[in-house]
Amino acid sequence: MTSQLDNAVRTLAQSHFRTLRIGTPFQPRIDALAKTQDWYNWAGYRAPHSLWDEELEYFAVRSQAALFDISPMTKYRIEGPDAEAFLDHVTLRDVTKLRPGRVHYTAWCDDEGFVLDDGTLFRLSPTRFRLCSQERHLPWLLDSALGFDVIVEEETEAVAGLALQGPTAFAVLRDAGFAGVEKLKIFDLAEFPHDDGTATISRTGFTGDLGYELFVPADKALSLWDRSMAAGELRGIRAIGYTALNRARLEAGLIVANADFTTAEHAIRADRRRMPDEIGLGFMIDLEKGHFNGRRAILEARAKRKLRHVLVGLEIEGNIPAEHAIVYHKKSKDVGLVSAAMWSPMAKRNIAIASLTRPYGDTVVEDLWVEIYAMRELQYQKLMKRAKVVARPFIKLDRRTANPPSDF
Amino acid sequence: MKAWDAIIIGGGHNGLVNACYLQRAGLDVLVVEKNDWVGGAATSRELTPGFLYSNCSYVCSLFRPEIMRDLGLPRFGLQVISYEGGAVFTRDGDYLANYRDHDAHRREFARFSKRDAEAYDRYARDVTRQCRFIQPLLMRTAPDPTSLRPRDLGELLYLGKKFAGLSAEEMALTLRFWTMSISDFLDEYFETDVIKANFALSGIIGTALGPMSPGTAYVLLHHYMGEVDGSVGAWGYARGGMGAVTKALAASFKASGGTIRTGAEVDHVLVNRGKAKGVVLAGGEEIYGKLVVSNADVKRTFLKLVEEKELPDIFLRRVKNFKIRGSSGKVNIALDSLPEFPALPKDSPVYRGDMHFTDSMERMERAYDDWKAGRWSADPFLDMVIPTTLDPTMAPPGKHFMSCFVQYAPPKIAGREWTDADRDGFAESVVAQIAEYSPGFRERIVHIEVRTPREIEAEVGLTEGNIFQGELTFDQLLFNRPVPGYAQYRSPLSGLYMCGSSTHPGGGVMGAPGRNAAAEILRDLAKSTSHMSPAHDVI
Repeated sequence: MTSQLDNAVRTLAQSHFRTLRIGTPFQPRIDALAKTQDWYNWAGYRAPHSLWDEELEYFAVRSQAALFDISPMTKYRIEGPDAEAFLDHVTLRDVTKLRPGRVHYTAWCDDEGFVLDDGTLFRLSPTRFRLCSQERHLPWLLDSALGFDVIVEEETEAVAGLALQGPTAFAVLRDAGFAGVEKLKIFDLAEFPHDDGTATISRTGFTGDLGYELFVPADKALSLWDRSMAAGELRGIRAIGYTALNRARLEAGLIVANADFTTAEHAIRADRRRMPDEIGLGFMIDLEKGHFNGRRAILEARAKRKLRHVLVGLEIEGNIPAEHAIVYHKKSKDVGLVSAAMWSPMAKRNIAIASLTRPYGDTVVEDLWVEIYAMRELQYQKLMKRAKVVARPFIKLDRRTANPPSDF
Repeated sequence: MKAWDAIIIGGGHNGLVNACYLQRAGLDVLVVEKNDWVGGAATSRELTPGFLYSNCSYVCSLFRPEIMRDLGLPRFGLQVISYEGGAVFTRDGDYLANYRDHDAHRREFARFSKRDAEAYDRYARDVTRQCRFIQPLLMRTAPDPTSLRPRDLGELLYLGKKFAGLSAEEMALTLRFWTMSISDFLDEYFETDVIKANFALSGIIGTALGPMSPGTAYVLLHHYMGEVDGSVGAWGYARGGMGAVTKALAASFKASGGTIRTGAEVDHVLVNRGKAKGVVLAGGEEIYGKLVVSNADVKRTFLKLVEEKELPDIFLRRVKNFKIRGSSGKVNIALDSLPEFPALPKDSPVYRGDMHFTDSMERMERAYDDWKAGRWSADPFLDMVIPTTLDPTMAPPGKHFMSCFVQYAPPKIAGREWTDADRDGFAESVVAQIAEYSPGFRERIVHIEVRTPREIEAEVGLTEGNIFQGELTFDQLLFNRPVPGYAQYRSPLSGLYMCGSSTHPGGGVMGAPGRNAAAEILRDLAKSTSHMSPAHDVI
């Protein structure tokens, strides 16, 4: 019997080669709404670029509430008496300052101070954390755990995640019966009863808007989706795909690993690796907290002025998005590259994130230009447009942090 | 009597590449080949009706695309088709598959170890970095480090600059790659035995070393630096078998006006006052040439085709010491139907990839122990492919050709020559291993071709049946290949050149030695090389 059972389990485990892009625990609901059938590969999952209209999906984020499936995000459970000390050793920020029930945005580096990834760290209890990121890091985390009393476990498939973002997000959750959700301040998290189990809800997101992220065990995913959708019906809730979310995140000035910078473990070309100070994450570095991975290299780079790059927000004249345009100084010297760009409906400005070679973007910020190659009916319209270095985020919405959160 | 501009000894892929480039430079070139067919170790012969084999080499990746383009090989029928992945069968009835899809690959590895599944990216990145470092060196003549000629200094500087361009971490890795054992190297990335065994195979193929022998990590790299149409590291089948490569080369050569004589075995090189003047065939016929290029390996060339008295002593000693040890054999099987492997789902893409049965590093090392004792491995490792799952030209519909590369097979059995009984015993070790995983396998066999080092040496001419014309260990690479001072395709005899895999950058159906040798010859003749594409950029 046992061996028959083992064989059945093995056969099931082998069968993944038949479905190269697997569904998330929410897939039945998403498939039902996927009018555009516009999919992309997110870390091996079949994820929607759009579901019904990428333009209008964006406005659902900014006007009502948008539901976005974040299950493919890589998730690690980090637990044990030394979990705090371990994460303090691995990541840039001071984890001892992260109280249970709080979340912070952080990043981690290799020994040479190059960024391996950025992500969010959820402190679920004094000894239990969840680290969410774009890329996979299990070997790195396990190797770093040497000498710490800590368990590191990959739980990407076991945990389903939803982002509920937009002005009515709070009202949706309250109406869905998550009692006490109004108490969550920005970057707070708490557990709520859901479907004979627990949902972890944090007031976090990737849109710069009022919003929450909800995590449940995979088998409670559909009930969570249904509960949110039912409660949101009168508050304009819509499911969205990545294109809309990507616009919202750009307005919020947030960066995406391996889109706006190349992660150190994936960089084939050594010169593509970036230190935190080179991608706008220098603020995370806590030199007071003692040793953390990459600290020495980062200090040395700062002291010896070895930081060669800088990531900046740009405002570009006109309204033609400058995606992947080259940035010039005085219209002639190539000083960098735009990694993300769009016309911002909220800011009514043409915005971009760019990586520049210092001193440009750092001490030299005048006379910067971008060369836009806009393909229009099989012809490039070449435009040279003035670019101004501006602070990120490009938009700041009071409702994101308002307490108590408002209904819309 | 006619004197050819150049006589190429041996119609293997490198000899033909060399011949093509020389002919296209305006030389009048003759290729002499001892067999009744061309191809050397890249041949496809029909040994039983309806079945085309890849008799020796069986998969393609290293063959340089620049050469395919220069010589117009697609026009002469060359097509390389990427294959789909592969698997190692495990003794508990399971398998570990390699899939082309990145995420499927990760999920498959995660069945054995989540950690190793995620470690693969790191491994792939490091291997890719090293390949990018080595790739541009393939199509350049290795510099002579003792020479003060501007060209050598320039090439040395190029090497130095490339090396200096690496980060400290990469430099460390490069040195480790060139010196470590594949076993130690894989230990740095993976924890699961079967996953290590899966990758280690590329480190010992064609090499008389075990996975725990230092130097084998480089051999793995050598197998990753090829490409199929820009997809670096990918391997494919040549449509029509590996003979399609040399068939296309021969056709291209003839189309450009070249002459091939098959059934013409060279007995020795004609030498007059330290200069090669032509060749003497086995029947005594003398053919004159202004220069002679040997596609044969360095031992065969200088220990058999040239009289010892014509050669300097140190050179001769080094040639004798050149490691070109026989370590592998080949079993080619015609099947009347596709074999079944109960461990594999019927719709698995693995059938269209390479399959192995050695699921642990220890088994692999033990297979090598047999070689050291002068026996073929009782439990050999096989690199097994069924090209007819993708190539409709090699067998009738529904029937299949299976190629098994087998290691280890010693050049001699406990010090004596191979016998026919040995050969059959060797074949049985292979068939028995496959049959263990594939019930009914024996019944499907229509015909079987068995090639121990004895057969390979006798037919192809490779000394000891070594597939690389000399092992790919670091002591025999770059300016040490084949021997120091003679790494630039020239020999101690004026007018005698080398163009086989014994020369830089080494073995595999790559064509680069043949091409690089042509460039050196044309330089000596002060002729243009404008018909030779430089190496593709690595950006």
